[in-house]
Amino acid sequence: MTKNVFLNRRDRDWHPRADTPDYKTTRARAPRRPLVYLPQTISDLSGPSFGHGDIAAGDADLFTNYAAPGACAIGQRILLHGRILDEDARPVPNTLVEIWQANAGGRYRHKNDEYLAPLDDNFGGCGRTLSDDKGGYSFQTILPAPYPWPNGPNSWRPAHIHFSVFGRAFAQRLITQCYFEGDPLIPLCPIAKAIPSAAAVERLVAKFDMENTLPFDKLAYRFDIVLRGHAATHFESHKEGT
Amino acid sequence: MDKPLKETPSQTAGPYVHIGLLPQRCGVTTPLQFGNPSLQNGEAIEIKGVVWDGDGEPVKDVLIEVWQADCDGQFPQGGHANWQRVAGDFDTGEWVIESIKPGRVGNAAPHLTLWIVARGINIGLHSRVYFSDEANKDDPVLKGLSQSDRATLIADRDTNDAAAYSFNIHLQGDSETVFFDV
Repeated sequence: MTKNVFLNRRDRDWHPRADTPDYKTTRARAPRRPLVYLPQTISDLSGPSFGHGDIAAGDADLFTNYAAPGACAIGQRILLHGRILDEDARPVPNTLVEIWQANAGGRYRHKNDEYLAPLDDNFGGCGRTLSDDKGGYSFQTILPAPYPWPNGPNSWRPAHIHFSVFGRAFAQRLITQCYFEGDPLIPLCPIAKAIPSAAAVERLVAKFDMENTLPFDKLAYRFDIVLRGHAATHFESHKEGT
Repeated sequence: MDKPLKETPSQTAGPYVHIGLLPQRCGVTTPLQFGNPSLQNGEAIEIKGVVWDGDGEPVKDVLIEVWQADCDGQFPQGGHANWQRVAGDFDTGEWVIESIKPGRVGNAAPHLTLWIVARGINIGLHSRVYFSDEANKDDPVLKGLSQSDRATLIADRDTNDAAAYSFNIHLQGDSETVFFDV
C-alpha cells in the first residue's frame, strides 16, 4: 500500500467563498448548494503530466515569445520567479506552470477585451514552463498595468498575472492570481477581497526581490505557490520495516 | 496537526483565461496540444453541452478540463493523453468534448472528471459526467446521491447519433449540478 496517497481536505474557509457579492459576476455563477463531499478516488488522485516536448524553448520568455525576430515587448522588464511546493513544504518538480496577463498598458490579447489601451504587436501575454527538480520556476515578462473593469462605476484591477498549476493529482489543480507588492489597488479589489483573510491575500502578493535583480536589465519579484499536501500521518501508522 | 504551509488561495480564471490556457483561441500558437485526448482504442464519443448561470444565460467564457480513464479503466503512469481542455463558444457558450468512452474503474461506473473555471467562479468546480447507457446503479458516488442529484451528472445518449451525448451544467436553480468537495 502506497503511503500518504490521499490529499488534505481543502480548507474552504481559507479560499474565497463561491458567492462574494462585491464581485458581482459571482451572483449568478456561484453554486447555491453546498459542495458534496467526495472521498478521493484514483480519478482525483491521478492527473496529467507534461514534459519538455510539450513546451517551446522560449515559452517562459514573454519579452520575445510572441515578438517579431529581434523585437521585444514594451514595458517594465521583470524576472518573476519562485517555487512550487506542497503543504508539507516539499518541492513539486516537473509540473506545468502557465501564466497569462495584460500588457504594459493593461490590455489583453483577447477578442473580448476592448480597453482603450493599445495592443503591443510584440507581446502575446502568455507563457509556460515546467518546474525544475527543486520546484523552482521563472519567467521573464513585463509588468502588466492595472485596468478598469465593469464591476462597479469605477473599478480597477490591480496589476496581476494569472497562474495555472497542476501538481501530481487532478484534485490539486489550482488557478490563482499574482499581485505585486506595494500596489494600492490590491486592498480595493473585490476579486482579491473575495479571499476571507488578509493573511491569505498576502500570499498572492509577489515580493520585490532586489537580490535577484539583474543590473541594467530587469527588476525581480518572488512568488511561491503551495499546492495541497498529503493527508495526516495516521495513514502511515503501520510502519513498514524501518 | 497544522501543516507547515497552507495552500495558495484560489482566484477566478477571469474572462481572458483563453489567452493562457487555450492560446490558439487568441491567435497564439504553442506546441502544447490541449484538445482531444490521444487515446487510440475504444468507442469514440462526443459530448456537447452548455454551462448555464442562475439567470438562464450561457456561460460563454467557461473553460473545462477533462480527466478520464482509458477504455480499459486504466490511468496512465505519465503524459497527458487522458486529459483535455475545452471552452465555450464565444457566441453560444456551447462546448464539445470529443474522446473515447472510458471503461469501468474498479467498481466505479464509466465517468469523466471535470474541472470548471470561468469569470465569476472564485474556485474551480469539480464534477463528473456519467453515461445514460451504462450501468450506473452500483456506482459508489452516484449511490450516495438522491435521484434528482444523480440525474445532474448523467449525459443523455442522443438516439439520433450513436456516439453523441448531451450534458448541461447548471450553476444554480432547480437542476443545479452536483459539485464535489474532493
